[in-house]
Amino acid sequence: MTDFTQMGLKAIREGVAAGDFTAREVAEAHNDAVAAASELNAFIVATPDHALAAADKVDADRAAGKELGPMAGVPIGMKDLFATKGVQSTAASHILEGFVPPYESTVSQNLWDAGAGMLGKLNMDQFAMGSSNETSYFGNVKSPWRKNGSNAAMTPGGSSGGSSAAVAARLCPAATGTDTGGSIRQPAAVTGITGIKPTYGRCSRWGVVAFASSLDQAGPMARSVEDCAIMLGAMAGFDPKDSTSIDAPVPDWAAALDADLSGKTIGIPREYHMDGIDPQIEASWEQGKEWLRDAGAKVVEISLPHTKYALPAYYIIAPAEASSNLARYDGVRYGLRDLPEGSGLQDMYAATRAEGFGDEVKRRILIGTYVLSAGFYDAYYTQAQKVRTLVQRDFTEAFAQVDAILAPTTPNAAFALGEMQDDPLAMYLNDVFAVPASLAGLPAMSVPATLTQDGLPLGLQIVGKPMDEQGVLNAGLAIEQRAGFTAQPEKWW
Amino acid sequence: MSNYRIHGATGEWEVVIGLEVHAQVTTNAKLFSGASTAFGAEPNTQVSLVDAAMPGMLPVPNRECIRQAVRTGMAIEAQINKWSRFDRKNYFYADLPQGYQISQLYHPIVGEGQLLIEADEKAGIPEDKVIGIERIHVEQDAGKLMHDQHPTMSYVDLNRTGVALMEIVSRPDMTSPAEAGAYIRKLRAILRYVGSCDGNMEEGSMRADVNVSVRKVGDTELGTRTETKNVNSVRFVMQAIEHEVQRQIDVIEDGKKIVQETRLFDPGTGTTRSMRSKEDAHDYRYFPDPDLLPLILDEAFLDECRASLPELPDAKRTRYENDLGLTPYNARELTAEVETFGRFETLLGVAAKTLGKPEAEVATQVANWSLSVAPGVAKSLGDEANMANATAQRQAAILAMQDKGEISGGQAKEIYEIVLKEGREPDEIAETEGLKQVSDTGAIESAVDDILANNQDKVEQYRGGKDKLFGFFVGQTMKAMQGKANPAVVNQILKDKLG
Repeated sequence: MTDFTQMGLKAIREGVAAGDFTAREVAEAHNDAVAAASELNAFIVATPDHALAAADKVDADRAAGKELGPMAGVPIGMKDLFATKGVQSTAASHILEGFVPPYESTVSQNLWDAGAGMLGKLNMDQFAMGSSNETSYFGNVKSPWRKNGSNAAMTPGGSSGGSSAAVAARLCPAATGTDTGGSIRQPAAVTGITGIKPTYGRCSRWGVVAFASSLDQAGPMARSVEDCAIMLGAMAGFDPKDSTSIDAPVPDWAAALDADLSGKTIGIPREYHMDGIDPQIEASWEQGKEWLRDAGAKVVEISLPHTKYALPAYYIIAPAEASSNLARYDGVRYGLRDLPEGSGLQDMYAATRAEGFGDEVKRRILIGTYVLSAGFYDAYYTQAQKVRTLVQRDFTEAFAQVDAILAPTTPNAAFALGEMQDDPLAMYLNDVFAVPASLAGLPAMSVPATLTQDGLPLGLQIVGKPMDEQGVLNAGLAIEQRAGFTAQPEKWW
Repeated sequence: MSNYRIHGATGEWEVVIGLEVHAQVTTNAKLFSGASTAFGAEPNTQVSLVDAAMPGMLPVPNRECIRQAVRTGMAIEAQINKWSRFDRKNYFYADLPQGYQISQLYHPIVGEGQLLIEADEKAGIPEDKVIGIERIHVEQDAGKLMHDQHPTMSYVDLNRTGVALMEIVSRPDMTSPAEAGAYIRKLRAILRYVGSCDGNMEEGSMRADVNVSVRKVGDTELGTRTETKNVNSVRFVMQAIEHEVQRQIDVIEDGKKIVQETRLFDPGTGTTRSMRSKEDAHDYRYFPDPDLLPLILDEAFLDECRASLPELPDAKRTRYENDLGLTPYNARELTAEVETFGRFETLLGVAAKTLGKPEAEVATQVANWSLSVAPGVAKSLGDEANMANATAQRQAAILAMQDKGEISGGQAKEIYEIVLKEGREPDEIAETEGLKQVSDTGAIESAVDDILANNQDKVEQYRGGKDKLFGFFVGQTMKAMQGKANPAVVNQILKDKLG
């Protein structure tokens, strides 16, 4: 009997289209896998009926001879940051617990229109703030991966930790993620899967709970470059409801995939060689260069001189925007309301927000409020925006010489849950390689490269020119073909 | 210069006034959402997901709001900024669902402009004066709290949330309550000419924040100012200033200092009271709204805005004086309100056609009719007048009869009265009601002959040099003709016969 959970997105779509099996069989197998994996805590809510209904529609359409969409018959996981009509959408927070939106986000609607079904809402770091999936109100997500010879629960990365864990554990062939400062790429890297953050503006932010509006971008997480290309095609597109959405046609990235990099130049940023990086990361980076050369590319060293200022600037800009974006969670109109007996409006705000937000969210609201306040604005926010401009200029200058940039995705492999919880700064460093591309709004992806000596996955990151998702995907494919990464976690849950 | 001075215990004081006027943009939809903006709807029936700040909702600028702000800027001869940006003003309040107001602090859409207030001796404005306008920016309105719906709780109505406002910020160029009043009236007229705001202050479509400070005459430094919020009529603005000026002088002359603060106006007492001082003022943490791209206006858009502008009050007033030959008073009165000049120009067109004369030749007659005669009749009728009956055609018909000498001024009023009450046609009224002058020389001559025959003594006296008796003969003739004789014809016949 076929194990549908081992199949990728494209294989499922083609099998359904060819009539080798039904979409319903696929949905059922994945619903079962989700139900059996509660120990991973990857889902906040499962929506098996949604998956089945979408599958039945695809099966009926096929029987009726109708044309099937690019995601037809593929059940996916939906990060809980996306508003899904009639299904609780919480951003993994207590303040939105029980909130059921009367609307569907543009990206999720695009996916349903393409024939996908929803297995459930995926756990994540609360309001997408975190790099280890330890800030969710609904509990930590456990990675399906473990260190060799250890039973310690490992992080699936964050903030799209439910997404990475579910895809790596074969609970779903693909999932949505969102990336503000690495939240697709870092969890993909530490769980041995593939994820791409497209150019800022490719995917509509309408209906996605906002963390940092100028940085937030949705993207796919799956187990191959081609699956990511297919799913990104279904997610992306101009949306007049999002003023920052890019009004440009969506290319057929999957059809144009080409791992031949002859004539291409790949840049290696010298500033990404940082003290304290795991030597195994350096080694896999070296290996990556070899693979790209093997694919026909010329590999050159480049300089991105403002790299070291990117992370501090990010931790000013993102919290500043978040402090304002999260002001709407006030207990007045929806979500949690804590109204102590005899209290007034200010008391209600204080009680509701004290109760409804987790520590990391509060920390960032405080940082953001501080950096925007009178007397500090210029020293922090204005300065950080200047840095952002310089970081963008670094990339612009680099892309005058190279077609794409290769770097590690993370400075280390997965760590154990709890290991970094008391040290926010160490936690923030997880995104040191991911953040520059976010500040510049560039397409960037992580592809699995190898396993560490401990048996944990490492990823390589490709950063491309604005709007050049194709170049990023092609370089990713070249690495994927040479890395031959087939490892998957042994089932223990 | 204004000669507005206040005599305090310690000397003469003068006043410095700046106004921030919030004008609701006339559009069907809100600034960043498609929700309706109609006034007076049931609470919370005109609220979109964006207005309610549901999770994941995003603002999209409404082009028409931007267009109206640009047209308004052009109407005050202001610099239009082709690159502007929206900022968030952050504060918590239950009528502000997003937790921030989208406004424009750093880069407003309209820059430096100006507006002319006209000399008005009676009001204490000795000469024309230009008032500087610092900027116009667009921003979202907030919702409304309702405290009278429940014994222990407040309710919130979000209908107004997100409605587009223009904030029009003047320079501190006004030096008397009268100038402030004239400024608001003129601004209101311009907004209504342009059609960017209905100027309805009772419904809150226009309201002013009034900044006032005082200083001793001759001082060059500005005193500490206070800001009185949300004053919603011209009269209240003037009252608020008068009260605030006196209060500030009293405080200073009492040896105390003015506190920079926000104050509220109480229309019931005509006084202001403290709302919050600078110390506990909000820190609004303004920063560029990351949900919105900078607003970039292209030449084609600006050209369209410019081309769509109507003739504005100052230009119209000048044209009325120079081309139509109206008096400065008439020109000013007629151009003060959109409705007034609208009615005047319609009637002028129809009357010129009916009379077969160029507009310039009938303009003064039409102006006098429009400003004084017609309103006087309507006013005397009160509720009996149905203004829908006052079509331009009917009014022009009356003016034409008068112009031809068929009816007298008094008859014109009588006919118009019947028009307003009953909606009948002036020609028919004149016939049926006998409201016509007799120009038939035969009838008048025979009346004159009778009068001269019956008053031989007076005829002798007149011929003997008592010219004043001419009026007596006119009066007797008119009386005999029951007031319907054409006075010009009567005069001529009398002159001929008296020799």
